[in-house]
Amino acid sequence: MSLDIAIRRKSLSARTILLILAAFTLLVMIGFMTIGANGRWDFVLPFRGAKLAAIVLVAYAVAVSTILFQTVTNNRILTPSIMGFDALYILIQTVLVFVLGANRVSVLDPRWLFLGEVAVMVLFSGLLYRWLFAGERRSLHLLLLVGVVFGIMFRSITSFLQRIIDPNEFLVLQDRMFASFNTADTSLLAVSAILIGLASFAGWRILHTLDVLALGRDTAINLGIDHRRTVSIILVIVAVLVSVSTALVGPVTFFGLLVASLSYQIIPSYRHRLILPAAVCLAILCVVGGQLVLERVFGFNSALSIIIEFVGGLVFLTLLLRGATR
Amino acid sequence: MIEINDVQKAYGLAIVVKGVSLALPKGGITSIIGPNGAGKSTLLSMISRLLPMDRGRVLVDGFDVTTTKSDVLAKRLSILRQDNHMTARLTVRDLVAFGRYPYSRDRPTVEDRAHIDQALGFLDLQPLADRFLDELSGGQRQRAFVAMVLCQDTDYALFDEPLNNLDMRHAAAMMRLLRRAADEFGKTIVLVLHDINFASCYSDHIVAMRSGAVAFQGTPEAVMRKEVLTGIFETEIDIHDIADRRIAVFY
Repeated sequence: MSLDIAIRRKSLSARTILLILAAFTLLVMIGFMTIGANGRWDFVLPFRGAKLAAIVLVAYAVAVSTILFQTVTNNRILTPSIMGFDALYILIQTVLVFVLGANRVSVLDPRWLFLGEVAVMVLFSGLLYRWLFAGERRSLHLLLLVGVVFGIMFRSITSFLQRIIDPNEFLVLQDRMFASFNTADTSLLAVSAILIGLASFAGWRILHTLDVLALGRDTAINLGIDHRRTVSIILVIVAVLVSVSTALVGPVTFFGLLVASLSYQIIPSYRHRLILPAAVCLAILCVVGGQLVLERVFGFNSALSIIIEFVGGLVFLTLLLRGATR
Repeated sequence: MIEINDVQKAYGLAIVVKGVSLALPKGGITSIIGPNGAGKSTLLSMISRLLPMDRGRVLVDGFDVTTTKSDVLAKRLSILRQDNHMTARLTVRDLVAFGRYPYSRDRPTVEDRAHIDQALGFLDLQPLADRFLDELSGGQRQRAFVAMVLCQDTDYALFDEPLNNLDMRHAAAMMRLLRRAADEFGKTIVLVLHDINFASCYSDHIVAMRSGAVAFQGTPEAVMRKEVLTGIFETEIDIHDIADRRIAVFY
């Protein structure tokens, strides 16, 4: 009986941590909307609101995709971006401009274009990554190597195509390829939100299997999980989420790793229903809070992604060196 | 009954399991023994659907393991492999509770709680129930995983080297526990064992494998003979009768 109480108290404290985190996140979001607003509210609120919405969507997509990916691959170092998911998305965009030409691409409705890119992304990432993760467990070093090679390959093909592309067309592309939380592409907000909603619904339905998947492939199969099918579903969700975040702000390599690691550290539970929202809150806190501090306190602009990548990169190195590689 | 029919597995050019056909009886303890690389673990993994087979099929009580839905099988057959690696940080009780997942997903019932407590008790884990797995020794962790499999309460339970990392006391206790699961609860236990003396003392049936094929099978008395074991392990093995048990001496 006393054990039961102890357990309940523990999960309560994880819940309390999550609540505090959520409250903090809300505060920072309100601060972001209101602090230093010396203009007409009917201009400031929609302007900042669109920015905030983009940041929240990206934070959500990055945090959730990273944790899902780490659960599926049963490690805490690899992330979709380290495995080259976002490089693949950018390659797809480049090939599209290359094949169709910038003129035709600009004429197309950006939302339909985006949906098409996501579809291609899901298809190709499915083909490429499923064989890596759905079968027998592979060594982390092999996966890391494959990820690095994939990433370099996608980036090299991308930059090759960009070299031989028409300079005018290159300008269209360049627009889309730098990570900036400040100049997020707001024309895609609605369709991004819908995509994220659909991906989350699919994820919600298999939420309870995530905790089992985290026990490792063999144990998960023993407990009756259809491993190959579940992993495929999750990889599709990850592909959609990465497409959304890359389309909105461009590639961010270590951000996901940063928030996922922080989330595992502060939530004393293995349950994804606690870890996932915590990671989302942390991601929003990082970007919105960071943006707020940089813009209002230091008066900087757009240096945030560099700082986040720097700290995330340090976390990555620490994890590797600490040998949490298993 | 587990019917294994012409099952084959190759890694590249190396054929690890060569067209094995075998019938493992329902009830009791069956031990699979053999030298390293004989294909014991691979065979066990294929029986338990962890590894797809290249050829042949396995029926568990008439259910084909490759075509039956995984969650249906999880209520009939459980498997514990040698190294169980996980990144999630959970307590012994959390892990054991996962044994009830096939029945009630993540909403444990009162009945499930009874199963969990019973499994913890069987393996002497109550004092460790709220410790995190990564704070335990290899042997304690091994016992926690066995408790999870017992908590799953399946008719068939397969273990790959369940005595790994266990000291003498816990190894003997583990075998007595499995014996009890077979005798009192009518479970069918299939083990891959390295220690042939444990196989001799606790099994009802022994299957000896060599180079991916079944070399010999029968009761412990039939298998624990000098000419049989020496051929299988390619090393001099003497058999002595000590306290009504057949003990192999190969030191």
